[in-house]
Amino acid sequence: MTHGAQLVTPALLLSLALFVIGVVGVFLRRNVITVFMCVELMLNAVNLAFVAFSRSRGTLDGQVLVFFVLTVAAAEAAVGLAIIIAAQRNKDTLDVDSFNLMKW
Amino acid sequence: MVALPRLLSVDILPFFALFLPLGGFLVLSLFEPALRRDREERGAGILACATVVLSFAASAWTALHLGDAAQGLEAVRAQYHLPPRASPYMPYQPWIGFDWIDVAGLRVPIALLLDPLTSVMTLVVTGVGSLIHVYSLGYMAHDEDRVRYFSYLNLFTFFMLLLVMGSSLLLMFIGWEGVGLCSYLLIGFWYRKKSAADAGKKAFIVNRIGDAGLIVGMIVAFHAFGTLDLFPLTDAAAARPAEHWGELGPITAVALLLFVGACGKSAQIPLHVWLPDAMEGPTPVSALIHAATMVTAGVYMVARLAPLYARSETAMAVVAVIGTATALMAATIALVQTDIKRVLAYSTISQLGYMFLACGVGAFGVAIFHLFTHAFFKALLFLGSGSVIHAMGGEQDMRRMGGLWRRIPWTFGTFVVGTLAIAGIPPLAGFFSKDAILGSALEERHAVLFALGMATAALTAFYMARLLFLTFFGRFRGGHEAEHHLHESPWVMLAPLVLLAIGSATVGFVKVPELLAPVFRLPEAAARHPGWLPIAATLVAVLGIAGAYWLYLIFPETPARIRSAVHPAERVLEEKYGFDRAYDGFARRVVVDGSRKALWQGLDATVIDGAVNGAGRFTAGVSSAVRLVQTGLVRGYALLILGGAVTLLGYLLWAR
Repeated sequence: MTHGAQLVTPALLLSLALFVIGVVGVFLRRNVITVFMCVELMLNAVNLAFVAFSRSRGTLDGQVLVFFVLTVAAAEAAVGLAIIIAAQRNKDTLDVDSFNLMKW
Repeated sequence: MVALPRLLSVDILPFFALFLPLGGFLVLSLFEPALRRDREERGAGILACATVVLSFAASAWTALHLGDAAQGLEAVRAQYHLPPRASPYMPYQPWIGFDWIDVAGLRVPIALLLDPLTSVMTLVVTGVGSLIHVYSLGYMAHDEDRVRYFSYLNLFTFFMLLLVMGSSLLLMFIGWEGVGLCSYLLIGFWYRKKSAADAGKKAFIVNRIGDAGLIVGMIVAFHAFGTLDLFPLTDAAAARPAEHWGELGPITAVALLLFVGACGKSAQIPLHVWLPDAMEGPTPVSALIHAATMVTAGVYMVARLAPLYARSETAMAVVAVIGTATALMAATIALVQTDIKRVLAYSTISQLGYMFLACGVGAFGVAIFHLFTHAFFKALLFLGSGSVIHAMGGEQDMRRMGGLWRRIPWTFGTFVVGTLAIAGIPPLAGFFSKDAILGSALEERHAVLFALGMATAALTAFYMARLLFLTFFGRFRGGHEAEHHLHESPWVMLAPLVLLAIGSATVGFVKVPELLAPVFRLPEAAARHPGWLPIAATLVAVLGIAGAYWLYLIFPETPARIRSAVHPAERVLEEKYGFDRAYDGFARRVVVDGSRKALWQGLDATVIDGAVNGAGRFTAGVSSAVRLVQTGLVRGYALLILGGAVTLLGYLLWAR
C-alpha cells in the first residue's frame, strides 16, 4: 500500500457522485447546453477515478489516460458547441426534444 | 573458323529454322506503317519469302546432318562406357536451355524433337511454304493489305514449325492453337466481306470443339503416363500391354480424345464442315494452310503418337473407319460442286481421310508418305486454280470457264500434272502413295475398307478430271469481257507452279515409309503387295478419267440428264449430307433456344434473380420492423445507452 491509499475511497465516492449527477442531468434537463455540460461532468468523474486508481497503484497509466480523455473532451467540446450553435440558428431553440428530424 | 561449325550444328540451326519466320512476322507487323508507304516495291513480301527460304535451308541442313548427330551422341555414350541404346530409333532433342513450365512433376522444356518424321514435316512446311510465299508475291501484288498478309503467313510458318518440331505435347499444342489462329486470320483476311468473316469464325469455332478433346486428352495422358514429352510418352505407351477391342483403358481414352482434336484440325467427320468454307481466304492461303500443311497436323499427331495408337485396337478401328467414311463422303460431294476451289477443298478432305485410313490400318509411314506427296500436288492444284481465278478476274464458278488451255498454257500444263498425280496415274507421286495405302488396307485384311478406298480412288479420278475438263476444255462459257481479260499469270506465279509440278511428278520415288519406319517402333510389316494391285489402281483411275471425259466432253448434256434422273440422291449431295443444316438446326434449337428459354428465362430469371430479389425483400422486411426504434428522441437513445451499459456492467459483476 502506498501512502495515498487512504484517499482512494473518498475520491471514488466523489467520482461516483459526480457521474450520477451527470447521468441525471443528461436525462432530466432539456437544455442542450446543460446536457452537454453534464456529459463533460461524467467525463471528469471518470478522470477523477483514473487519477485515484493511478495514485493507489503507484503507476502512471491512469494519469496518461487522463490526458487522452482531456484531449478528446476538448475536441468534442469544439465540435459539440459548433453543432449546438448551428442547431440553435436553425431551430431558434435549445430544447433537446425539438431536435428529432433523424427518424424514419 | 571455330564459330561457323558451332553455328551450323544440329543443336542451334533448327532453332534458327523455327524462329526466323517469327522474326519476319515481328518486323512486318511492327513496321507495317512504314512498309505500307512503299507502294511500288515488294519489300514486305520479299522479306517474308527470305525468312521462309532461309528456314528451309536450315531445315534441309538439319535433316542432312541428323544422322551424324545421332551417331555423335552414340560415340559420346561409348566414351563414357554407357551401353548403346537398345532401340534403333534415336530422336535428337536440342534444348534451348530454358524450361517453360517446371512445376509439380510437370516439366516442359523449350526443346525440339528431331527425327526423320520431323525432317519430312519441316521440309514440306518450309519447302512448299517458300514456293507459296513466292507465288503470293504475284497473287497479292495488288492487294492493299499485303504487309498484313505476309506477316500472318510468316506467323503461320512459325507456329506450324513449332507444331512439328516441339518435343512435348504442350509445345505441339501451342503450335496447334497458333496455326488455328493464323488460319482464322487468313480465312477472314478480306474481313469486309461478310462471308469471309463468317467462314473464319466457323473455322475457329469448329476447331475449338476439337481442341477441347485435345486438351482433355493431354490431361488424361499426363495423368496416365506422368509426362507430356513425346518420346517418353510413346515409350511408356509402347511398354504397356495392348488394349483389345472394346476395352477402355488409358491408352484408348488418350488416343480417342486426341483424335477428336485431329478430327477438328484435319477436317474429318463430323468436324469437317469448316474446310470448304475456308476457301473464302486468298487462294495461296488455301494452298498452304488448308491443303498442304495445317490440315495435315492431325495426321502428323497420330503418326507421331503411333506407338500409342498401335496399342489400342479400338482407337485404330475408329481412326480407320472415320478416315474411310470421310474419304468417300467428301469425294461424292466433290462430284457436284461447281466452285473450282470447293472441289479442291472436298478433295483435300477426302485425301486426309485416306491418310487416316492408312494410320488406322497401322501404316503410319504410308500415311506420312501420302501427306508428303499430297502436299505437292494439292498445293500445285490450289495454286493452279489461283492462277485460273487470276486469269478469270476473280471468277470461281467452273460453269463460266472452259477452253482455257489455249489462253493459259503454263497453268494448264502444270494443272494436268497435278490432276494426274492426285488421280493416281503412274509414275506420278499420287500413284505411289495411294497404291501403298490401298496395299496396306488389303494386307490388314480389311476388305470393306479396301473396297471403299478403291471406290474413292475412282471418284477422285472422276471429279478431278471433271474439274480439268470443265475448266480447260470445251467452249468458253463466260462473257465477252471476261474472255478479253484472260491472261497468263506473271512468272513469279508460274515458277512455283512449275517447281511444284516437277515435285508432284517425282517425289513418289522418295522412299518415305522406309525412311520413317524406325520412328514408329512397330513390328515390321512385310511389304508384300499383290502384283495386281498397282494395275487395278491404275485401271480404276483411268476409268474415272475416261468416265469424266465421256460425260463432260463427248456428251456434255448427259450430266444434266443423270441429275434429273437421280434427283433425290443429287439433292443429298448438294446438301452435303445435311451436316451444315443439322449443325445450324442444333445451334438454333439447342444452343440459342436452350439458352433463351431454359437458361435465361428458366434459370436466370426465376432462380438466380429470385434469390437476389428475395435477399433484398427479406432485408427490407426486417428493416421495416427494426426501424421503429429510430424515434429521433435524443434522450431515448441515451436511455438505451445507459440501459446497455448497466446490463453489461451487471453481467460483468455478477457473472463471475
